[in-house]
Amino acid sequence: MTSDSRARVLARIRAAVADAPEAPDVTRAYLPRHTADNPGGLLDLLHENLADYRAHVHRTPPDGVADLVARLLDERGARSVVVPPGLPEEWLAAAGAERRGDEPRLTPHELDGIDAVVTGCALAIAETGTIVLDGGLGQGRRALTLVPDLHVCVVRAPEQVVASVPEALPRLDPTRPLTWISGPSATSDIELDRVEGVHGPRTLEVILVTGP
Amino acid sequence: MPAFPEAARAAIGDPTLRANLRHATHTIRDKRARAVAELDDWAELRQAGKEIKDRTLRHLDTYLLQLEEAVTAAGGTVHWATDAAEANRIVTELVRATGETEVVKVKSMATQEIGLNEHLEAEGIAAYETDLAELIVQLGEDRPSHILVPAIHRNRAEIRDIFREKMGSWGRPAPEGLSDTPAELAEAARLHLREKFLRAKVGISGANFMVAETGTLVVVESEGNGRMCLTLPETLISVVGVEKVVPGWRDLEVFLQTLPRSSTAERMNPYTSMWTGTRDDDGPSAFHLVLLDNGRTGALADEVGRQALRCIRCSACLNVCPVYERAGGHAYGSVYPGPIGAILTPQLRGTASEVDASLPYASSLCGACYEVCPVAIDIPEVLVHLRERVASEGGKGHRLERAAVKAASWVLDRPAALAAGQHLASATRALHPKRLPGPGARQWSEHRNLPELPAEPFRDWWKKNRT
Repeated sequence: MTSDSRARVLARIRAAVADAPEAPDVTRAYLPRHTADNPGGLLDLLHENLADYRAHVHRTPPDGVADLVARLLDERGARSVVVPPGLPEEWLAAAGAERRGDEPRLTPHELDGIDAVVTGCALAIAETGTIVLDGGLGQGRRALTLVPDLHVCVVRAPEQVVASVPEALPRLDPTRPLTWISGPSATSDIELDRVEGVHGPRTLEVILVTGP
Repeated sequence: MPAFPEAARAAIGDPTLRANLRHATHTIRDKRARAVAELDDWAELRQAGKEIKDRTLRHLDTYLLQLEEAVTAAGGTVHWATDAAEANRIVTELVRATGETEVVKVKSMATQEIGLNEHLEAEGIAAYETDLAELIVQLGEDRPSHILVPAIHRNRAEIRDIFREKMGSWGRPAPEGLSDTPAELAEAARLHLREKFLRAKVGISGANFMVAETGTLVVVESEGNGRMCLTLPETLISVVGVEKVVPGWRDLEVFLQTLPRSSTAERMNPYTSMWTGTRDDDGPSAFHLVLLDNGRTGALADEVGRQALRCIRCSACLNVCPVYERAGGHAYGSVYPGPIGAILTPQLRGTASEVDASLPYASSLCGACYEVCPVAIDIPEVLVHLRERVASEGGKGHRLERAAVKAASWVLDRPAALAAGQHLASATRALHPKRLPGPGARQWSEHRNLPELPAEPFRDWWKKNRT
């Protein structure tokens, strides 16, 4: 009976620590960030760290997003693309690929037949080269950025870029499903040789949108 | 299961295994040192990690109850398991209730610890490991030998052979003409597993962290197989040790900096998934959390040993350990190998069996494991503490060791006796056996090479050459 087990585990814990000294409060003497507060430098660092983990990084002003998205889909031979709910329409305005919405929800098999996905993000972390998705507008549910082989992710700088992990967490809502992405899917399980693309998207294209 | 010395001897005699291990551990340890050096506040992060875990353990009951409430409020169901048998029973019943006979699995130390796959198989449920290394281990009917890279003991040619021979009997066979390049092998795994991901109705995982305050579970991984198992199935079952809870959302800022750098030596691992209960519009519609004791509360009661429960399973201690590097993971006879395994396993399982009693001795006490531990577990301290426990439980080997030390003290206190002994030893050098005779002593030298004696005592040499 699991309710008995609950009582038993809790009783064992209480007995185990009954004589233990009180644990002190946590001292948080570590740094909130490791880089200077400079938006331009932060963007460069994000760019560098994303590229270091084999993401392909591009920069464009807002009016260049549509052409860039179209070019990237084209270059990767993507003939179909999933469009998450709430994705700004203009981002796909120039794309020739067939668009697939997620309403009604695509089955895993349907998703497997689609070449690419284009999304926004919740934020990006410069020091670690990480993009965080929270299922908000323009991002879709987690499967959309997982099953197709090409993920094109648009980051709006500077407002979506934070320096560090300690700066990222307070801006995220833990009740939302969160996916942190640092470069494309990778494995080092065979003689520690890094191979990109095992089960997640093999290609991650990140577009950093700068300017007004 | 043989005791550590017997198991290690086989590994030490296998040159392929030793080469694979040496390459792997040295590569990761060098990369780790560089990744850690990037952060000037590493010492402070390490201290904070230690303090967060100590505080959690001191009030573990409070945090588990808070976690249970938060997970339940978010639509999940929490189960409690006192031991492996109970956890296996709970998971089996949950899978049965879905009507399914196969599950996909995220790499999880907790489910390996309880032997979940074997139990499910006996109950007629197929459990597919989806981490590449775990797949290699499963197809090869092998055992994992490292916490982070379980197939570290296999080289690419061995892996190709396993894929060619075994993939077909588990599902999609390996492609024709499969070579041994890592890229082709990874692609073969991708194709083999994708059909399983797409049809899976039940996923089983562990978790790296559980946040008491919010009910959020966290899985860090690289390949995306974790994301597949956590998001595509309709039912998700997570089996997690009670010590994996952390009090607050903010605490993740410490561990998400220290865990990736300590384990894979990356600034951040490619994928981290966080979920809180269930959601109508995303992911599994049913979520079950099985909280596992299985010896953890016993370890918690030991005031020296309880620090082992701080472990975040980064495996940095394995990669710097001279004993692990030579003996390999299998010699430890447990899913937790290396220095952390040497202190965790005897605490979780007790020291009654020969293998568990031998584990606290599977170390040279060099202290490298403590240096690299991101939550500052003083592994050498716990090893010595556990040796005391094993010794106090008796055994003739230990009595003989004490007798030998007593005899040595007598000789060393008497210079004339020492000099005479040394001359005698040098003069009879050619006659010395390679093994010590007698009960206890023979066992000792079975696993150790006796040092060769010099042609003359050092004191004589010094007198001749330096005075």
